[in-house]
Amino acid sequence: MRRLLFVLGPLYNEGHVKVCNANDEEVPQKVSVHAEAPNPTAASIGGAARRSWLKKLMRQRALQVMALLGIAWMIVFNFIPIYWNVIAFREFDIIQPLSAAPWVGLDHFKEFLTDDSLGYVIRNTLAMSLLKLIIGFPLPIAFALLLNEVRSIRYKKWIQTVSYLPHFLSWVILGGILATWLADVGIINKLLMGLGFIDEPISYLAEPKYFWSIIVASDLWKELGWSAIIYLAAISGVSPELYEAATIDGAGRFQKMWKVTLPCIRGTIAILFILAVSALLNSNFDQILVLKNSLNESKSTVIDVYVYQTGISDGRFSYSAAVGLLKSIIALGLLLGANYVTKKLNDTSLF
Amino acid sequence: MKGGDTLMFSLKRRTAGDAAFDWVNNVLMLVICFITLYPIWYVLVNAFNDGTDAMRGGIYWWPRAFSLDSFKTVFQSSGIMTAMGITVAKTAVGTVAHVLFTAMVAFAFSRRELIGRKIYMFIGTITMIFPGALIPTYLLIRDLGMIDHFIVYIIPAMFSFFDLIIFLSFFREIPDGLVEAAEIDGAGDFTVFLRIVIPVSMPVIATIALFHGVYQWNDYFTGMIFINDTNMQPIQTYLYRVVAQASSNQMISAMPSGVASNVTSQSLKLATMVVTTAPIVVVYPFLQKYFVKGFMIGSIKG
Repeated sequence: MRRLLFVLGPLYNEGHVKVCNANDEEVPQKVSVHAEAPNPTAASIGGAARRSWLKKLMRQRALQVMALLGIAWMIVFNFIPIYWNVIAFREFDIIQPLSAAPWVGLDHFKEFLTDDSLGYVIRNTLAMSLLKLIIGFPLPIAFALLLNEVRSIRYKKWIQTVSYLPHFLSWVILGGILATWLADVGIINKLLMGLGFIDEPISYLAEPKYFWSIIVASDLWKELGWSAIIYLAAISGVSPELYEAATIDGAGRFQKMWKVTLPCIRGTIAILFILAVSALLNSNFDQILVLKNSLNESKSTVIDVYVYQTGISDGRFSYSAAVGLLKSIIALGLLLGANYVTKKLNDTSLF
Repeated sequence: MKGGDTLMFSLKRRTAGDAAFDWVNNVLMLVICFITLYPIWYVLVNAFNDGTDAMRGGIYWWPRAFSLDSFKTVFQSSGIMTAMGITVAKTAVGTVAHVLFTAMVAFAFSRRELIGRKIYMFIGTITMIFPGALIPTYLLIRDLGMIDHFIVYIIPAMFSFFDLIIFLSFFREIPDGLVEAAEIDGAGDFTVFLRIVIPVSMPVIATIALFHGVYQWNDYFTGMIFINDTNMQPIQTYLYRVVAQASSNQMISAMPSGVASNVTSQSLKLATMVVTTAPIVVVYPFLQKYFVKGFMIGSIKG
């Protein structure tokens, strides 16, 4: 699920936006043919109402089956895993049933909080997320604003098509490209040596100090155009009258961009910002797993990778489940906090 | 008179500034496009170059010694072709299952008369706030006996509440009259869904199908943790194992015997990357108008 979010990025984010609509939409309340409003007289309370309710239920049994199939999927693939989190409080052994696992309380949490790896795992996670937030969040907005100013429609379309392209490449492919480019004999070293910046080739992926930059830059390369789509869509919704009015008032293009376009897409920016902040503890697992190796471990191990390694690779299921659970709880707190702050500042929020 | 002068002046100045801005902006966009395309071009020209010759480096713009041998080797390698087959199958089956199932549930959720609709929506919202964590999901898949089974690619990815919401917002736009007319004609809810709702929802279906198709095609993680049988792994997992773990020996061992001597593990790797990526890159520009439209629906309403 989380990985899906990475793949689909903004579209799913935009899905979030509509959750609120989905919940508090009560607006049209049209009575459709089969809605058969129950008889409003007092006599219908009781048996008659129940009969008509049952009748209604029977009539929509096909619909109920469709809905309940979805609910069943959610119970199996979302709620049962939530239940499985109890192993964080037990000493679970993969070859024995859950009931045989003794309760250990908060031992696993304590172990993680006193572990040596805690510090660098959290530092790596937050550092890469914050760098992505500082650099990767505003640039797509700027790109969308500038792309919107391109006059030729055909050129604009062409740029869009090109800029979406990297989003469709998988991280494995991009990892392969990066490995080729960043190798000792790769194009980056050749270029920098040719320009005289460095004297001898650097093995970028083998040196921990370059890892964060590689992560941020490759993420930007892959998602710049794609992340801009949602802003472009929001910009296209700005009323042309506002621009006309601004032109009459003597506003130049930068002023229009700054004073008309940007304020009009403020809501979209706020929502995406909430989502970005609440995802601070999530790392792009696909990306990091492809680029990390035993040499750059000290800068590349993030919470998600740590959970994967201690859990799936080392088989310490209870311990890694505890780490994962701790992360989920903090992430939920971040989501609510970011939502609250944006609401105060901006009048826009998810919930 | 004086006022007219200032207006003229400011108009003129703005035009000059405008032209300069347009020029700088267009050049900037061109630079961005170049940075985007060049790394991909670099892989292409090197993949189409003779492998041994490419080891000397220096191929930046055009193949120096054009050769298709690496590609021939890719298509002859049974390991690569099996993995490709798995990828094609999981993308086709997975996308159809995901779109039909999610759309079906969304159709039910979109009907106002559905009893329990609020509770259902609430349950769905919870799944978004608490997505299944890695370890619990792993244990669940293991308990369901899906490890090393093809269905592990399909069923756990068959539904997404995010996609449901996108479908939902589209289905609400369908005029009630359309559905009611079909029901008066005696069509059941499922028939209405298949015969009426699906055909009029093609833009949103194309959008979700593209996104899920890309996910299925590019996903290497499922194959990495739930599949131990190398005959069941998709091409991305295969590539992960040879690319990220940088074991070119594995690549060499994947080569069929009697391979042309001018194919190196590096050129084979690049050729596999090209073959893996080509289908998606060829398809997405044709679907672009749909997914852009999909975004529009969302952002204007949101």
